[in-house]
Amino acid sequence: MTQTTTLPNPAPVQAAPTLQISGLNVYYGESHILRNVDMTIPPGKMVCLIGRNGVGKTTLLKTVMGLLAPRSGRIDYQGKSLLPLPTNKRAKLGIGYVPQGREIIPRLTVKENLLVGLEAKANQKGNPLNADVPEDILQLFPVLKQMLSRMGGDLSGGQQQQLAIARAIMSRPQLLVLDEPTEGIQPSIILDIENAVRQIVETSGMSVLLVEQHLHFAQQADYYYAMQKGGIVDSGEASQLNSDVIQRFLAV
Amino acid sequence: MNTLITTLFNGVSIGTVLLIVALGLAIVFGLMGVINLAHGELMMLGAYTTYVVQNGFKTYLGTESQGLYIWAAIPLSFVVAALVGLALERGVIRFLYGRPLETLLATWGVSLILRQFVRSVSWGMVGGLLAFCGLFFGGKWLLGKSARIPSYRQNLVTTGLFLLSGAIAWFVGSNINNDPQLARPWFSARNVDVTAPGWLQGSIRVTAGIQFPASRLFIIVLTLLCLLGVYLFLQKSAWGLRIRSVTQNRDMSACLGIPTAQVDAVTFALGSGLAGVAGFAVTLLGSVGPNLGVNYIVDAFMVVVVGGVGNLLGSVIAALGIGIVTYLLGSGTMVRLLGGADGGAVVSFFDFFATTSMAKVMVFALIILFLQVRPAGLFPPKGRSAEV
Ligand SMILES: Nc1ncnc2c1ncn2[C@@H]1O[C@H](COP(=O)(O)OP(=O)(O)OP(=O)(O)O)[C@@H](O)[C@H]1O
Ligand SMILES: [Mg+2]
Repeated sequence: MTQTTTLPNPAPVQAAPTLQISGLNVYYGESHILRNVDMTIPPGKMVCLIGRNGVGKTTLLKTVMGLLAPRSGRIDYQGKSLLPLPTNKRAKLGIGYVPQGREIIPRLTVKENLLVGLEAKANQKGNPLNADVPEDILQLFPVLKQMLSRMGGDLSGGQQQQLAIARAIMSRPQLLVLDEPTEGIQPSIILDIENAVRQIVETSGMSVLLVEQHLHFAQQADYYYAMQKGGIVDSGEASQLNSDVIQRFLAV
Repeated sequence: MNTLITTLFNGVSIGTVLLIVALGLAIVFGLMGVINLAHGELMMLGAYTTYVVQNGFKTYLGTESQGLYIWAAIPLSFVVAALVGLALERGVIRFLYGRPLETLLATWGVSLILRQFVRSVSWGMVGGLLAFCGLFFGGKWLLGKSARIPSYRQNLVTTGLFLLSGAIAWFVGSNINNDPQLARPWFSARNVDVTAPGWLQGSIRVTAGIQFPASRLFIIVLTLLCLLGVYLFLQKSAWGLRIRSVTQNRDMSACLGIPTAQVDAVTFALGSGLAGVAGFAVTLLGSVGPNLGVNYIVDAFMVVVVGGVGNLLGSVIAALGIGIVTYLLGSGTMVRLLGGADGGAVVSFFDFFATTSMAKVMVFALIILFLQVRPAGLFPPKGRSAEV
């Protein structure tokens, strides 16, 4: 809510970063997945994380959401530690999550899937089932408009992906976490999704953490981090992302 | 025609008793996947609540208006069973989610405790228990609020507090028990009877030759109301939306900001409360004893499994189907339909099963056969939720 104004700010304010990860170590049982990961997401910026299959990108996002507990390290959100909080409280603080594989609730209608997203809204009162889906969200994803009464599980993969993003922004989060939103989706829909995400960022000023394999989408970000074997091995301005870097960190 | 209507009514009547008993379990086991063997004992608590409420009405309102007790007993048996269920979920089951075997054993233990509790509960016991809870939890709360105890001392302090409050509670309890009046068990192990209000004891004449027992009709209406209530709660309320979301995808629901632990507690309390209402319903059919739950728990699981775990509509159809088949077999209607008691082998086969207990054997055999053909029940869970 604090970053939504876009007044010109001559002197940069020293605001706490939206997300600051430092020295993070995560294990699955005894296998060491994330090794001393550091990452910063400044307010209103979009950060892209790239890396090959299985390096630990999803693991990092799940740890941010609280689905996995780190063995050591810190995760600070707007200057406060997230680690003592359970997953649902983190969502309430303003973190919207679009997981890999979409995780649409199958036997809820599309509308109910969207209204469940209101649960994380800070000052949501009353029965969400009596609320309406805001027009701006339906405009971002016009396909959903005709499908509001269909079961979420009956949508196609591309439609589910759009539903998952729409659901995540229902609560107007300050940080949007996207895990491979274009995985397994045809090129024309990829462009739709890309445009929708860009519009969300431009109109709301929210920060974004994006995991993405497509160069074109990744280049929309402000900064990039590259991950290898669970550690961050490279980072910089996303404008420096070119096929050379991609070759090094993505091509198998 | 008359026989057909009577048969249908009796079958539906058996079915609705099954259904109201299974409804709570359809939520706890069907939606949450918790195998709660103490579900029958929650029913029993509902039945004893009804008994207590009725006695209260008899004492304070006199015999004429004691029939009004049912309007207080229905909500109270729901509340009592729901609160006990809530305590069970918070105290035991929530630590065992995803561990069916441990849940099974723990809830079985709880069912034994609850059964023994109603056998031996007396003022002395209640006094002791209250003293213990007040001292132990109150003490923990006070210590947590004021004193800063280092974490390595926590266990020591808790044990000390436990022993201390246990000793005081025992002292309080045995002191109360010195008075033989107060030491007498409230219910004892013997069965007690609940007298239904007068208007539920007779029959209602529909046409000449067709009479329906009023209590059976009342149970049918009560079951329909419970079903409607559950349906509306799940489909239209905010908690219903949360429950449906959490039961289908727990992790994602948490990521969307739903307090999953609270949702578990509410869901479990709802299922337990419905068990309490079922306990009320069966007081209209027979006497109330500590083992009341045991008689119904198997039926309840049977209905949920045949209907397809996680599917409320399936439970409804399964309960009615099982009820009608049980009645057709047990009442000898099959024999009559096939033309007299001295027909061929088929008739004597059905004749053999034409008692209540043998009909049950036959129904179980049929269900086993049915589950060979459709292991997931009438309505197998579809799609992604099938993985859980
Ligand atoms: N539940 C689990 N138990 C044990 N190991 C796991 C589990 N989930 C993931 N892993 C392992 O952790 C490592 C990192 O997995 P992760 O899903 O974070 O990769 P990723 O970078 O997201 O890959 P992709 O690009 O394919 O999505 C992998 O080697 C994987 O095998
Ligand atoms: Mg991944």
